[in-house]
Amino acid sequence: MNYIKNLIDFLSAPTISFTLLTVAFPFIFPPTDWFEKKNKQWGIYKLWTNKGAFWIFISVTFFFVIGYFDPYFNLTMTKPDNIPIILMIYSMIFVIWLGMKKAYNNDARLDRGEKPEEWNDPDDKVLVWPDLVYIELIALILFMVFLIVWSILIGAPLEEPANPAATPNPSKAPWYFLGLQEMLVYFDPWIAGIIFPIFIIVGMMAIPYMDINKKGDGYYSFKERRVGYFIFMYGWVVLWVFLIVIGTFFRGPNWNFFGPFEWWDPHKVEPLTNINLSEYVWVKLLNKGLPSSIFAREAVGFAAVIGYLFIMPLLLAKTKLKNLFEHYGPVRYSTLMLFGLTMFALPIKMYLRWLFNLKYIIAIPEWFFNI
Amino acid sequence: MAEKEKKESLLSRLGESQVWKSIIRSGVPRSRRQRMYAVLGNVFLHLHPARVPKHAVKIGYTWCMGGLSFFLFVVLTITGILLMFYYRPTVEYAYTDIIDLTEQVPLGIMRELHRWGAHAMVLTVWLHMLRVFMTGSYKPPREFNWGVGVLLMTITLFLSFTGYLLPWDQLAIWAVTVGTNMARAHPFIGHEGPGASLLAIGDINLVHMGSDVRFALLGGRFVGEATLLRFYVLHCIAVPFVAMIFMAVHFWRIRKDGGISGPL
Repeated sequence: MNYIKNLIDFLSAPTISFTLLTVAFPFIFPPTDWFEKKNKQWGIYKLWTNKGAFWIFISVTFFFVIGYFDPYFNLTMTKPDNIPIILMIYSMIFVIWLGMKKAYNNDARLDRGEKPEEWNDPDDKVLVWPDLVYIELIALILFMVFLIVWSILIGAPLEEPANPAATPNPSKAPWYFLGLQEMLVYFDPWIAGIIFPIFIIVGMMAIPYMDINKKGDGYYSFKERRVGYFIFMYGWVVLWVFLIVIGTFFRGPNWNFFGPFEWWDPHKVEPLTNINLSEYVWVKLLNKGLPSSIFAREAVGFAAVIGYLFIMPLLLAKTKLKNLFEHYGPVRYSTLMLFGLTMFALPIKMYLRWLFNLKYIIAIPEWFFNI
Repeated sequence: MAEKEKKESLLSRLGESQVWKSIIRSGVPRSRRQRMYAVLGNVFLHLHPARVPKHAVKIGYTWCMGGLSFFLFVVLTITGILLMFYYRPTVEYAYTDIIDLTEQVPLGIMRELHRWGAHAMVLTVWLHMLRVFMTGSYKPPREFNWGVGVLLMTITLFLSFTGYLLPWDQLAIWAVTVGTNMARAHPFIGHEGPGASLLAIGDINLVHMGSDVRFALLGGRFVGEATLLRFYVLHCIAVPFVAMIFMAVHFWRIRKDGGISGPL
């Protein structure tokens, strides 16, 4: 048992678990033909069968059961405020499974030249009274029962009275913002707390204008929208839900990483060895001191950021993504690139941090302008 | 048998009475025509069309999550009103009022219902969004309504966040401190954000700790008495008001955009 616990502790480190998820993701939601072939070859699509659901359910439950009997993870898991996250993990997995199952079912139907399962003769409708209202009534009664039972069984969280002098360690934001708090490890507050949230909201609102694929409207389908699915699911599941899980269960005092079965040692020391790109370039590479002019100092960083966000899409529009650019037109293409590249900037920065201990690409603490 | 006939006729007679007709507008919905009137003639039910496609009534298609989100909003409004009878948003009383809610007030699970309902609403809204994405229901002509939905999701999170402070316990003030600390890094209008130092007249900074966006949100330099009142007003009046406007638009646009999505 200890061996399994140590293994899970080891695997859940963000460097490992995030990498595993990121690598596995294109195989689970294959965006291209090659990935689709591998998906078929390795039988990953079987996740979306009843058997797959059974094994996912068993493994997640196994984790929570041994967690419940573990003295350390029990503390984190049974904290009343963390209960919604367990509910989130189960419900997210279930609805994604259900949606994907239906999507694969519809894909098979479309392949056979049939209409999607949801299709009905437009003239063959049902009456709202009683066919819909009674379902709504049952749904809300069941949900209310669930809520009342939940409320009777588990008291709402209440800690000691507020004390501005006693900062708890770790201090955590409400659970639904823990993804943002986790991003703070890699970005400064002005990006992780302001720019990213704004980009998430505006970017999500822009989805219908960026995804101009007319297929798959009004029914579950994967094959017809696989690139859109891949990008959205990666952003939603890995960059939002999974970061919330990390922030809740795996971040202890001083926001240090702790495996689920480790004791939250407040004195755990993490060496801070991160250095800026400008120091890499000027000090390590050129063996000089940092120049006094801010722009000279950060020139490489500015070049990298501008190159990534603006020049790369331009070059891609002329070369590899020429078809997409012509299909999308300049405005739509730049919107897609801006939001898409900003989204993928998060994992990129995470890996730069893990691989090269890179602190900031552009570091201008004088202006609070650190990227 | 005779009794049953009698009952039925009683119900029908009731349905034909002046009082019933004045309230419900249509008789007992038995015929197809009357059933359609039952929906059309009712201010609450006429959110729905009179008839919907068959797939619209399948749990497997909608997961019921949009409806449950709205239902939770109603539950939270009702439990919230009940909680407001007992809760005073001051540093002196807030915490003890919360304790009284469980220990002194009859049916002491109102706060539990409100708290867990709020968490559940965040989840149902997220699952609703996931469903709408997976069925591609944001595609034309529903682009605008997806945008309204994204805003509603943000509003839900903000509602939950403002409510988080009200128990005035350690969990509350530190979660809100961590959350609102972000605001000080807001470009230009946060005192530790990029560009804030540019907004200055001579060497007088316009954006400083006592004038930036965080100060406006907290009503002070740290989470204190003024913050509690601000978050209370935001949580009970301001944000629900905005949420209701957006919800009205959201529901109206579902109908205008052709009802529930479905394959053509």
